[in-house]
Amino acid sequence: MIRIEPRNAPSRLMTTGIPVLSAVVALALAAIPLAFAGAPIGPAYVQMFRGVFGSMFAFSEMLTRATPLIFTGLAAALAFRARLWNIGAEGQLYLGAMAAVAIGTGVLDVPGIVLLPMIIILGAAAGAAGMAVPALLKTRFGADEVVTTLLLNFIILIFLQMMLEGPLKDPMGLGWPQSAPILDQGMLPTLMTRMRVHSGLILALVVAAIAQFMLVRSVWGFRLRAVGENAAAARHAGISVNRSLFSVAIISGGLAGLAGVSEVAGLKGYLTADLSPGFGYTGIVVAMLAGLSPAGVVLAALFIASVFVGADSMSRAMGVSSYLADLVVAMSLLCVLIGGFFARYRITRTARAAQ
Amino acid sequence: MNMDKVLSLNGLTKRFGTVVANDAVDLDLHKGEVLALLGENGAGKTTLMNMLFGHYMPDAGTVDVADADGTMRPLPLGHPQAALAAGIGMVHQHFTLAENLSALDNIVLGAEPLWHPRRNRAGARKKIKGIMARSGLVAPLDTRVGRLSVGERQRVEILKALYRDARILVLDEPTAVLTPQEADMLFENIGAMTADGLSVIFISHKLREVLAFSQRIAVLRHGVKVGEIATKDADERVIARMMVGADTPTTPRTKMTPGAPVLHLSGVSVHGHSKRDSLNNIDLDVHQYEILGIAGVSGNGQTVLAGLISGLQRADTGQITVDGAEITRPNPRMMIRAGVGRIPEDRHHDGIIGAMSVAENMVIERLNDPEIQSRGLLNREAIQQNAERLVQEYDVRGPGADAPARLLSGGNIQKLILARVFEQGPRLILANQPTRGLDMGAAAEVGRRLLVARARGAGVVLISEDLDEILGLADRIMVIHDGQLHAANTRDREEIGLMMAGEHSDEHSAKHSGVSA
Repeated sequence: MIRIEPRNAPSRLMTTGIPVLSAVVALALAAIPLAFAGAPIGPAYVQMFRGVFGSMFAFSEMLTRATPLIFTGLAAALAFRARLWNIGAEGQLYLGAMAAVAIGTGVLDVPGIVLLPMIIILGAAAGAAGMAVPALLKTRFGADEVVTTLLLNFIILIFLQMMLEGPLKDPMGLGWPQSAPILDQGMLPTLMTRMRVHSGLILALVVAAIAQFMLVRSVWGFRLRAVGENAAAARHAGISVNRSLFSVAIISGGLAGLAGVSEVAGLKGYLTADLSPGFGYTGIVVAMLAGLSPAGVVLAALFIASVFVGADSMSRAMGVSSYLADLVVAMSLLCVLIGGFFARYRITRTARAAQ
Repeated sequence: MNMDKVLSLNGLTKRFGTVVANDAVDLDLHKGEVLALLGENGAGKTTLMNMLFGHYMPDAGTVDVADADGTMRPLPLGHPQAALAAGIGMVHQHFTLAENLSALDNIVLGAEPLWHPRRNRAGARKKIKGIMARSGLVAPLDTRVGRLSVGERQRVEILKALYRDARILVLDEPTAVLTPQEADMLFENIGAMTADGLSVIFISHKLREVLAFSQRIAVLRHGVKVGEIATKDADERVIARMMVGADTPTTPRTKMTPGAPVLHLSGVSVHGHSKRDSLNNIDLDVHQYEILGIAGVSGNGQTVLAGLISGLQRADTGQITVDGAEITRPNPRMMIRAGVGRIPEDRHHDGIIGAMSVAENMVIERLNDPEIQSRGLLNREAIQQNAERLVQEYDVRGPGADAPARLLSGGNIQKLILARVFEQGPRLILANQPTRGLDMGAAAEVGRRLLVARARGAGVVLISEDLDEILGLADRIMVIHDGQLHAANTRDREEIGLMMAGEHSDEHSAKHSGVSA
């Protein structure tokens, strides 16, 4: 008979090794769809690798892609640590981006040293406000935040389209539903000449470091972990569960808002309704792959971005569909979930041996 | 008594790594016999029964069970289904009920095919009613188990085993949550059923009921069967010595004069959804240097009362005063600040955060303490030192202060909670079922700590279903029944037992007074 038993304490090697192993297995499994698409497997992998590490430009493209994923990954990781299921990072990202273009496109003609911080703070505030509503509904009325945050994504997206056809529409945009460009002094500076990677990456890394420090070392992080692991015991110990949930909701929403700021003020310069190819949702994968650790989010975001950028380049060179990247990302999530199961449980046969 | 053998365990051995949980244990059970299995926690009683029931695979040894005709046949080990088919029923210490199903569904669950769950529901109900009538184990069949009290859940567990036509019934601490009368009735009815051929093994810590209701007593210590004795030849001292290997020290309880009141409840009512979560016009006073024992069967309002004192629950009417200051909008934090130390009923669920370290769990109520944090950042060194000191002082055994708290055993989790509570020098201590599930050593330690706190001047509210514990520790006793609190002007267990069952008369209860011990 096969029996599944919880392990006493997953070892350190397991908790760090399993995500890495899952990523490797997911990459290996990508050979199956590649073979179906008729691409030569070996050269395809080489091309995928070159697409990320083949040149400075390729590498900078990967970093550019990783930047918003670090923000949305952190948004998911922190909220999930408190068992607050924020599925709404996609919408909060757009709220942050809308706030950025609302004040960054000429309403205020002030120097960059004033304008840029304002864009960042207002963008984060808009994202935070977007998550404050579901958090309030949850703490006050017990509304399931999975449902409210998910549905808010669609509401925000439609609101965005309305704004891009209305108040935010670029009068010089030849009728396209897009916003006016952000003023030059409102843009996040690029890090390297003729590359797209911008200082949003630095901001993301700093924020990740702060998040990691706060989670482990601060009273706020202690309360957050306590509420997430056992809300009943946390409440019994005098921790205000609602206050903890609300504070992490604000921060999670703010981080997602920063992803929008970073994309619009770091990369695109103007806002369209297809700013994010699902960064909010991919952030959930990043957070899970990272084991909900902020430091891990950075590594997971780099991995996922590599897969996207590498698979993109490979699909162009090999003539296979670029949806392959999505497939690898999805498989790595599945591998992580299955791997996490093996980290927590072991499977034994009880027919002969003692369990 | 019919002396046909129905079960024999032969040389059962079980090792977990280097720990020998059971070492070549032999045990026989005869038809119609009630065998008590005694031993401290960790003595290997539950491991032995889990091998019998197929949950664990023994490293050595065999089990023979009599079939319906009385022929002894070897039991295939490691298969719970085989144990069930052989007529072995087990009622676990930790309930194995589905909370969102009704009691009836729980009882028939697994005993009927899954693909037709409503088949012959009326027949099942009739059969259960019959068992209830014979055994006296009454539980509301159509109520969701999640809404039942701990005591009722246990009754459903026993009914579940009886419903499966068990010929051998294993009860792991069956009376922990029953009133003395209910327990007596349970054993009386088990007596009636054993006359019909049922054989019973029950695991218990309560020497009194072991002596009163078993025919034979087997004692395990450190995984070895250290003795077997016919109950008529045993007394409490003999078996206690067999269990722990020495005479148990009884906690000396010196008489003390109660001081100023530390907790005062007047006219407190809570209107809950049902009777079990309601309180009806409660008056209560606890003084310094005093332990107030609150006896009662679970589900009579203890949870609400504990919730009020813990700060988890608000009163609909009435007044709560802690140390002279009225608490208007209670919350746990405010209660902690007012000097109330709380030992929760469900220590796993409310007492600790299993995934966090022992050290973190020890400071979780002190997060605003400048010794623990400054400007919002944790002082990790102080947390570590605090933990190392308390682990020593309170003898918390386990993998260490940095290990997740869930790796501790029940007794050590309780010690962790005691350390956390007593270190803050509480003015008032709420101890809700503080020794439930603990072995004699750990339970004695809890009692000793409560008495030390009392000697220091704390007032203690001790809520317990174990009347022996209340009689042993409390200076004053009140009985909770149906959301009402009555002073017991007696220390007679029969009389208190009657009050727990709701049969108090006004001669026995004067609301505002109690007799001091």
